[in-house]
Formats: sequence, C-alpha cells, structure tokens
Amino acid sequence: MRSIILRTMTMYLLPLLLIFSVFLLFRGHNHPGGGFVGGLVASAAYSLYLLGFGIDKVRSIFRIQPIKVLAFGLFLAASSTVFPIFFGKPLMTGVWYEHKLPIVGSLGTPTVFDTGVYFTVLGVTLNIIFTLFEDKE
Amino acid sequence: MNSILAMPVVFPLFTGIIMLFFWKHRQIQRIINFLGSTATLALAIYLTWYIKTSGIQCLYIGAWKAPFGIIFTADLLTMTMILVSGIIGFATSIYSLGTMDETREHFGYYPLLQIMIMGINGSFMTGDLFNMFVWFEVLLISSFSLVALGGERSQLEGAIKYVILNLLSSSLFVVGVGILYGITGGLNMADLARKIPMLPNQGIVNVMAMFFLISFGIKAAIFPLFFWLPASYHTPPAAVSAIFAGMLTKVGVYALFRVFTLIFVTNVAFTHTIIIIIAMLTMLSGVLGAASQMEFRRILSFHIISQIGYMILGLGLMTPLGIAGGVFYIFHHIIVKTNLFFVSGVVNELKGTYLLKKLGGVLKLYPLLGLLFLIPALSLGGVPPLSGFWAKYTVAVAAVEKGEYLALAVSLFVGLLTLFSMIKIWNEVFWKEQKAEFAAEQQALRQLPKFKIAMMFVPIILLAAITLFIGLNPEPFLDYANEAAQQLLNPSIYINAVLGGAQ
Repeated sequence: MRSIILRTMTMYLLPLLLIFSVFLLFRGHNHPGGGFVGGLVASAAYSLYLLGFGIDKVRSIFRIQPIKVLAFGLFLAASSTVFPIFFGKPLMTGVWYEHKLPIVGSLGTPTVFDTGVYFTVLGVTLNIIFTLFEDKE
Repeated sequence: MNSILAMPVVFPLFTGIIMLFFWKHRQIQRIINFLGSTATLALAIYLTWYIKTSGIQCLYIGAWKAPFGIIFTADLLTMTMILVSGIIGFATSIYSLGTMDETREHFGYYPLLQIMIMGINGSFMTGDLFNMFVWFEVLLISSFSLVALGGERSQLEGAIKYVILNLLSSSLFVVGVGILYGITGGLNMADLARKIPMLPNQGIVNVMAMFFLISFGIKAAIFPLFFWLPASYHTPPAAVSAIFAGMLTKVGVYALFRVFTLIFVTNVAFTHTIIIIIAMLTMLSGVLGAASQMEFRRILSFHIISQIGYMILGLGLMTPLGIAGGVFYIFHHIIVKTNLFFVSGVVNELKGTYLLKKLGGVLKLYPLLGLLFLIPALSLGGVPPLSGFWAKYTVAVAAVEKGEYLALAVSLFVGLLTLFSMIKIWNEVFWKEQKAEFAAEQQALRQLPKFKIAMMFVPIILLAAITLFIGLNPEPFLDYANEAAQQLLNPSIYINAVLGGAQ
C-alpha cells in the first residue's frame, strides 16, 4: 500500500498526531485523555507512517528498539509509585509540585505515572507492529 | 511508615524492568537476575525478623485508610511464605544459570521469572480479597508464558490444560468476590471477618465458602480438581517446573489458610469437615497416582498433590497444633519438593531423559547426587530425623487430639506409600545397573562444563542443608509455626491491627 495520497498525508499527520498525543497525555489528569490514549495515538502515528513508507523508513526515524521504550515507560511508572517513600509517605501516595507549570499543568507523581503508561503503550504497540511487519518482509 | 512491606513486590518488579533494558544481552540479564533475587532474599530475611519482633504490620497503599483502600498486611504466616519464596527464588536463579538454554533466555525467561515472583509475593502480602485476585492474575499470566516458553510440542499441550483450568479457577474466584462484595459491601479481609458473623443469612456464607474452596482448590490442586497439575508440570524445563512445584500450588494453599481461618469461620462444623474429607481424598489419590507412574517428574508431580492433603488436613482440624503443623508443612514441603525437581533436572542433564526405564546407575557416576536425592526424598517420605518427619508428626498428633483417627490412619498409610515411591525412584534411577543399550546412547551427554555442574549443585546443596537443619533443629521452627497458628486462630489480632482500635 504505497499510495501517494497516504504518503503525502502522513508527512503532515505524523507531527500533528504526535503533538496531539502529548496534549492528550497532559490533559488526562482531570479530563478525558491520559497516558493510555496518548500512547495509542502516538503509536497510530508511527503505524500510519509505516503503512505509507515501509518498515525500514520507520526504523530510520524511530531509532530506539521499541522494547527499550517499553522498559523506560515501565521504569518511569514504577518509580513514581516508589517516589513518595522518600517523603515519608506510603507507597503510591500522590506527591505534587506546588506550582503550576506551563503546558504540563500540575506536576506530581500521577503525571509521571501517566507518562510511564504513555511510553509503555507506545513501546508495546510498536513492538508488536514492527515484529509483524518484519516477518512479512 | 511501613513502606518496607511493599518491597518484596517492588524488588522483583524493578529487577524485571531493568532486565528489559538489556533485552538480548544474556550475560547482563543473568547477573541482574542473580543480584535481584539475592536482594529479595535478604529483604525477606530481614522482614521476617522485623514482623517476628514487632507483631502484625500494615501498609495503607496510597494513604487510603482501611477498609477503603488496598492494604498490605504481614503476619507470621505471610512472612513464612515470603521467606520461603525468597529462598526458592534465589535457588532457582542460580539453578537457571546452569540449566536454562539460550533460546529461552533470549526470549525473556528472567524477566518473566521475576514478574512471577512479584505476583507470588503480592498475593501473600495483600490484605484485600480483590487485590489478591489481581496478584493471582499477575503470577498466572507470567506462569502461562513460562510454561509455554520454548514452544515444544509437549509443552504446549501441558500449557493448554494449565491455562484453561486456571482461568476457570480465576473466574470462579472473581464471581465469588463479586457476590461477597454484594452481600457485605467490603473486600478488605479484616473488614469481611468483622462483617460476616453479623449477616442474617448464614446459608449464603456457606455457599461463598464453597466458591472459594473450589476456586483456591483448583490452584492448590486438591482432590477432584488436581488433573491439570500432573498433566502440565513435567513439560517445561526443570528450573521452571521446580519453582512451579514449590511455589504456585502453595499460593492456593496460602489463600485457603487465609480465608478459612479469617473469613469463613462462622460454620466450622460444615466447612472444615468438608476440608478434612477432601484432605484425606487428596492424599490418597495423589499417592496412588504416583505409584502407577514411571516418569521422574510425573511421580514428583503426583506427590505434590498428596502432600497438599497434609497441609489442608492441618487447616481442616482447626486446632492450634493442626494449623501449626500445616504452616510447618508448607515451609518444609516447598523446600523439599523444589529440591527434588532440581535433582530430576540434573539427572536429565546427565542422561537426557526422565523415563525411569531408560535410567540407571547414576549412583556410580555421581555418588554425591545420590546423597542429595536421598535427603529430600526421605524427608518427603517422613523418615526421622528429617524435616518431613516433624511436619507429619505434628499433623498426626493434631489429628489424634481432635479424634480424627481415620485421617490419622490415612496420613500414615500415605506416608508409607510416599516412601515406596521415593524408593522406587532410588532403585530405578540410582541403584540398578543401566541397560547397556541406553547407556551407550547417553554416553555423549555426560561431559558437562564445570560451571554448569557447579551452578546445578549449589542450590541443591543449599536446599538440602536447609532440610537437614530443620530436621536436626526443629524447635525454633515449631515455635514459629505455633506462634503463627496463634495469630491465625485469633482473628481479632489481625482485625485490630488492620482496622485499629476505633472499630
């Protein structure tokens, strides 16, 4: 499926979808959205690119092994649950930075956890899709 | 705060995650896995000492007070299980270095192992019934992968039976949890223990109790529900089947001990009589099944079932001595059974088969291995002064005190037959001359690298030493088990520790 329409559209859609996924991630704390949806949108962006340009091209713009992304996400999420212990609070208690940041909004361990979920979902999905396409070619 | 209670879960989790960063780097994964399980073992020892000296401790996850949030609770029974899971995790990590093949290591054997240990520890630690279901799923999903990892034909056949029956058990569990929530409005175990005696309709409590008995019974492999176990445990590599044989069924036994000493104690005459009857049938069917088998690991698998019977018998008696015997039995059994599976794996490495008919003459080749087999085997059969003798003795005395003479007779008879099975393995594998035609074809396999041999023998010697130590020095262990039984039989201690004096 190397249609010129898909290729041209993907060139524009990829950055847009990635930005949108980050928007969803940070909006997610009190509104619909969040790490899971954000991760799915981001992996959808790369999947579209893959459909348009093929596996080698995707690998050249996404150089990290997906499993490393997955590991990074898990590490981030797991760290955010342990973090409160250093403040003398039980595991998984929410710890918040008191000031609001631009873009991110309020920053705290749940935000970090959500970011971890984002990367985990991205890593898992890309790992599956990359594996499937490699077998084919 | 008590955040250290969560560490038996957090340590394996981080070990697993860090290994993911080194995907396809075998050597680094092996080192991290070893370090991680050593840390978990050290933590388990420290925690056991901590709980022993300071009594039952709770951790309110996310600072949500019980009974609303999820809590981790550690009493002495929990700590027994955490400690033994630390020991077995450590021993299996070393043993895997010697026996695991490269393909499996490449496809995430070590991360899966750590995540399974995390699930096991989580289900011991949690004080919330639904949370226990979640931990069960964590450990089951990774165990599904472990049992099928490698994708040999026989493995997949065993995996299907294992997966389907365990999923059935999980769905019964979650249905039971749902109904229990519907009638009591709580899932915190201490809260349930407080609410259930006050329910007007005690009939439905019995129904619930049976739901949980069946669901945990499938996982623990009790009498009519054990068929998945001998069908699947002999298929994966020895290291995997050893940790499965040691820990996984005992998670079910632990859950039975927990709910039938804490929650379902309002109608002991009904529920615990059923447990005693099931225990006797479990012992008998397991040991008779083993008598007819001629494959090393299948015999051992059937013996897991018969030994589960003893533990459940201790629970069914519901006397201090009975429960203490059950706790002691769990501890002793996990170590002994894992060790026997380790030995079977070594024999397989040397001879390339698990079939008794094709084996023989191992004693002449490796006299040390013969000795290391005899220690756990005789302990399993209950020969004094090894650990199994004290475990069986305690349960038997408890049965006499309660007046359950039939259970006593069954347990002694089963002990005898267990010994018979162990002697059968001894004769066939170690003692008899091997038939010449099989000896010739296995000649090539005998040359193993030194490192491999060391990594296989170290954990076996370690576990055999623990067995001997318990056997020659049972007093502190029995004291500990008695104390654990006291806690289990006085649920008010547990309830007060979790819910506080305000209730």
